[in-house]
Amino acid sequence: MEQKKMIPDLLKNELQSRIASAITNREAAVDVMKALQAHYGWLTDEAVVEAAALLGLSPLQVEELATFYEMIYRRPVGRHVIHVCDSISCWAMGGETLLSHLSGLLDIKPGETTPDGLFTLLPCCCLGNCGEAPTMMIGDTICGRVSVDTAAALIEQHRNR
Amino acid sequence: MEQILFRHNRPGRSVTFAEYQAEGGFTALKKALSGMSPDGVQQAVIDSGMRGRGGAGFPTGKKWSFVPRTLPGPRWLICNCDEMEPGTYKDRVLLEANPYSLVEGMVLACYAIGVRHSFIFIRRGYEQAAANLRRAIAEATAAGLLGDNILGSGFSCDIDVHVSAGRYICGEETALMNALEGKRANPRAKPPFPAIKGLWGGPTVVNNVESLANIPYIIANGPAWFKATAATPEAAGMKLFCVSGHVVNPACFELPLGMPLGEIIDGPCGGMRPGSSFKACLPGGASTPYFTADHWGVPMDFDPVAKAGSRLGTGGIVVFDQQTCMVAATLNLVRFYARESCGWCTPCREGLPFVVHLLELIESGSGSEEHIGILREHVQQLNYAFCALAPGAMGPVDGLLRHFEDEIREHIVTGKCPFISI
Ligand SMILES: Cc1cc2nc3c(=O)[nH]c(=O)nc-3n(C[C@H](O)[C@H](O)[C@H](O)COP(=O)(O)O)c2cc1C
Ligand code: SF4
Ligand code: FES
Repeated sequence: MEQKKMIPDLLKNELQSRIASAITNREAAVDVMKALQAHYGWLTDEAVVEAAALLGLSPLQVEELATFYEMIYRRPVGRHVIHVCDSISCWAMGGETLLSHLSGLLDIKPGETTPDGLFTLLPCCCLGNCGEAPTMMIGDTICGRVSVDTAAALIEQHRNR
Repeated sequence: MEQILFRHNRPGRSVTFAEYQAEGGFTALKKALSGMSPDGVQQAVIDSGMRGRGGAGFPTGKKWSFVPRTLPGPRWLICNCDEMEPGTYKDRVLLEANPYSLVEGMVLACYAIGVRHSFIFIRRGYEQAAANLRRAIAEATAAGLLGDNILGSGFSCDIDVHVSAGRYICGEETALMNALEGKRANPRAKPPFPAIKGLWGGPTVVNNVESLANIPYIIANGPAWFKATAATPEAAGMKLFCVSGHVVNPACFELPLGMPLGEIIDGPCGGMRPGSSFKACLPGGASTPYFTADHWGVPMDFDPVAKAGSRLGTGGIVVFDQQTCMVAATLNLVRFYARESCGWCTPCREGLPFVVHLLELIESGSGSEEHIGILREHVQQLNYAFCALAPGAMGPVDGLLRHFEDEIREHIVTGKCPFISI
């Protein structure tokens, strides 16, 4: 059976030229996985096969890379992924309270996605914003000195985005 | 106080290319390419006493000198901006304020080592810093300061930005090379050292952002000037200290190497926050043994900190007040390392979760006296792991055992954490 073509030609061309500019194909692997993840929302099984074809690797070789990285998702995630830092500086400044508060607000446990598919809540390693602890990241935006109130406001802001 | 890396900083925004140049930016590159040999640049860095700012403190110029200049094939320079060690955020602050010193420093390093193609390996989440760097690279290339035939000197070099996808072990230099090659980022065996056989099998230098960003100032003002900016005659240069935790003003400061710990906390950090008193700190990021009030006067420089039983590490100072349970803090730290273990070698993959288990028992009040001995054994045994991650993980455990044994024992004897009031 012929495989259904999933990525638009424009994206495919972009990725092919990214790979062509790399010293070896594999060097572009993380960029390719990230671009496909941005396209699908997460790194789907199709995306793994497509990445492998583009890079000249086996799907298993892509898989062993994909499962290594914190920010590559091999399972579906919500539209907005919320990463809450659980490392030492944030811990000292109330990071555990922030995580449990967010968990209560969204009514999900860390690691889960809200039933409406809007938010995924994930604890994560130091976000490099330790002076403004506690820190969380929503999408690509880093937010520091997050209080119980600002956490609720941030979630409301993103609900309709 | 004179600033080196922060001298061009503007409040709330990044310095522009024009401003950087107007304030003397790229004069070091012009000076080197018009009047210094590659060996001359390397010698200046050796003479400056510059030691690597990425954690291990290896002398930068000496590291460059290990690269054989005669082997056929390309050589590589990698700037390490993985910066995922908890408590460490100096490279982000620097690059958000000014990406140009790093670009200029990298071209100078490439010139000294004879590198045509270099990389900046930057962690996920540093999107602003990566954008600044891409802009700086484009501007420098357009101005003939990067790319082909730089300033008509015949020397050419490029810089590529590689944005990672988040994993602490990628900061270890041999794991970083695997990551950059698009392989699973397990560390490689040493020897061969990267200087001989690194990226794609070629001679490779890996340097931290802060190390490379200092190079232009060493070249422009001379090694003696650079060395003398430190607080003590033994130290060399300034250092970015990024402070977090229970102080009034937790921020990133550029201070003379060798400034005493207490002066840093009571000076720029504004002292402890109201109601807090100093109990302990991690002096140099998550892998360094604790300092206590007994270490208030220790000069924050590589050798004095090592002599006092810890490591200067990354310069990330994490401060804890009297209400902090040091067992719980250590548990948090070792959990981080257990999760970030790359799983390659057994001591780390199996040992760190076991240490977490022991600390959980103690913290929850179910510990016993023999656990202290088992923890102490693990501090020794994990030195035999394949890379420096596992020994680093045991740094805080070592500090806990040396400085807070009474606090551990209190958990065991009373059967509960003394800091949780129930
Ligand atoms: C687990 C681990 C993580 C590391 N992470 C970093 C890092 O994020 N940035 C860095 O510059 N060095 C890091 N290092 C140290 C590097 O291996 C290497 O020593 C350093 O980049 C050399 O640069 P320097 O000589 O300029 O200090 C790490 C080391 C280990 C063992
Ligand atoms: S010490 Fe840990 S991180 Fe290093 S190679 Fe072994 S398992 Fe991997
Ligand atoms: S410890 Fe949370 S941002 Fe660094």
